[in-house]
Amino acid sequence: MIVQAIFYFFAAVLVLSAALVITVRNPVHAALFLVLAFFSSAAIWLLLEAEFLAIALVLVYVGAVMVLFLFVVMMLDINLAPLREGFARYLPLGIAVALLMAVAMGLVVASGYFDARFPPRAGEAGPAASNTLELGHAMYTDFLYPFEIAGAILLVAIIAAIALTMRKPRTLKTPRPEKQIVARREERVRLVKMEAEKR
Amino acid sequence: MFEFLRIYVFTPLAGALVPPAVEMNVVYTLDILAKIVVILVPLVLSVAYLSLAERKIIGWMQVRRGPNRVTFFGIPWLRGWGQPIADVFKLIFKEIIVPSGADKRLFIIAPILSLAPSIAAWAVIPFDDGMALADINAGLLYILALTSLAVYGIIIAGWASNSKYAFLGAMRSVAQIVAYEIAMGFALVGVLVAAGSLNLGDIVRAQSGSVLHWFWIPLLPLFGVYFISGVAETNRAPFDVAEGESEIVAGFHVEYGGMGFSLFFLAEYANMILISALASILFWGGWLSPLQGIPVLGESSLIWLLAKTSFFLFLFLWFRATFPRYRYDQIMRLGWKVFLPITIVWIGGGGK
Repeated sequence: MIVQAIFYFFAAVLVLSAALVITVRNPVHAALFLVLAFFSSAAIWLLLEAEFLAIALVLVYVGAVMVLFLFVVMMLDINLAPLREGFARYLPLGIAVALLMAVAMGLVVASGYFDARFPPRAGEAGPAASNTLELGHAMYTDFLYPFEIAGAILLVAIIAAIALTMRKPRTLKTPRPEKQIVARREERVRLVKMEAEKR
Repeated sequence: MFEFLRIYVFTPLAGALVPPAVEMNVVYTLDILAKIVVILVPLVLSVAYLSLAERKIIGWMQVRRGPNRVTFFGIPWLRGWGQPIADVFKLIFKEIIVPSGADKRLFIIAPILSLAPSIAAWAVIPFDDGMALADINAGLLYILALTSLAVYGIIIAGWASNSKYAFLGAMRSVAQIVAYEIAMGFALVGVLVAAGSLNLGDIVRAQSGSVLHWFWIPLLPLFGVYFISGVAETNRAPFDVAEGESEIVAGFHVEYGGMGFSLFFLAEYANMILISALASILFWGGWLSPLQGIPVLGESSLIWLLAKTSFFLFLFLWFRATFPRYRYDQIMRLGWKVFLPITIVWIGGGGK
């Protein structure tokens, strides 16, 4: 009973904050409501005893992705009025995409594919079972190739992102520590002897 | 002590006040609340006295006396010991000023958001064998997740203040924290590879033995990276550019006074204590005694954890008295180009 009450509390917070993300006027507030939405969905995952996924969601999305997102949103000076002008025009398209997504999700969940294939939840396996251990076993045995392919793709993406930003020759006047530490006194300081001025 | 409370206080209390269907739940909740109080009150007291210790120790290092006016209940040889209490009263009774043009709700939420994660992280710290509020499997992950949340207090404070100084301070601080969090996380990956567990209690038990069995020997570079990143994470000197008083007055908390400021202050010091406690748990054997084999001193106990934590706290203060402030681009260089490769190489070499 208490677990249900907690679930409904977090579910209500999740739905409310998700709705506020797209309706609130201030973009910084919208980003912060998105943080709240991530946080409450992590709480719901905790109720499902998927503690690894819940903590990873907080660590990755709340702790890193949203911080950088907030960083950018705060630096921008967005005027939202022109963005809202096309609301009525794009509404049918938006509803169509949303319906399509709902149907796709319903088909996946209703297929029963997820129930049969995966081991029982950690809670059913006993309180001492570690979620992290189970995930690790699954990832490094049954799903080793998909996992490594995903890792390789991510690595390529990282290198590509760096390559895209470093395309231009380096013209910025950033100080180079390796040059700074080899500088010697003779190169920088010149002692000049001169006569004192006469009064 | 908790046994006593549960049997003689909570159970009769719950039996008298609530229906029997939820009695066990209420007893359980009261039990947890009692444990929270037992952790939180010493924590807040040590934050108060850490501020005194900081002023005294830095004072002695600079050949002056530090605070020496406010006595403790008028006892003459405890000069200065009343200072934290006087500071607390001063800060509580100051007016809270919200700057015009500030985002009022976020301005008030920000200090709370910065304090809450640094206190919540204490839930999984094991003080002795099995003596943790929540002895969870993914303890180390939980710590990482919560320490990464502390950024929000700073970034929201900087933005909501509607002040350029505060905003610049917040930007500096957030970039620095995000950068060092990665090096710190990788250093902790080395620890969990060595211990084979994410549970903090198991990590300490994996180190059991004399000083030579503790993780500081096999993971020495990771320990260095972890502790220096910890200093950078808490925005302490020599990495305290977030509040570089010569350029941006006081960084993200310029606009805060009274209780708002003191919450940021509490969060910073609670984080320092947390980093020190974690350094001693993860690398220096937690509650284990360094004097194995000697009758009384060789027994592992809470006192050893506290002693190790105090030593690391002293290091924090020593750094502040000793090192000049880093330049900002060098801070970023150290985090990304020095610490990150060290940790990755050491994890690659150290994996079993």
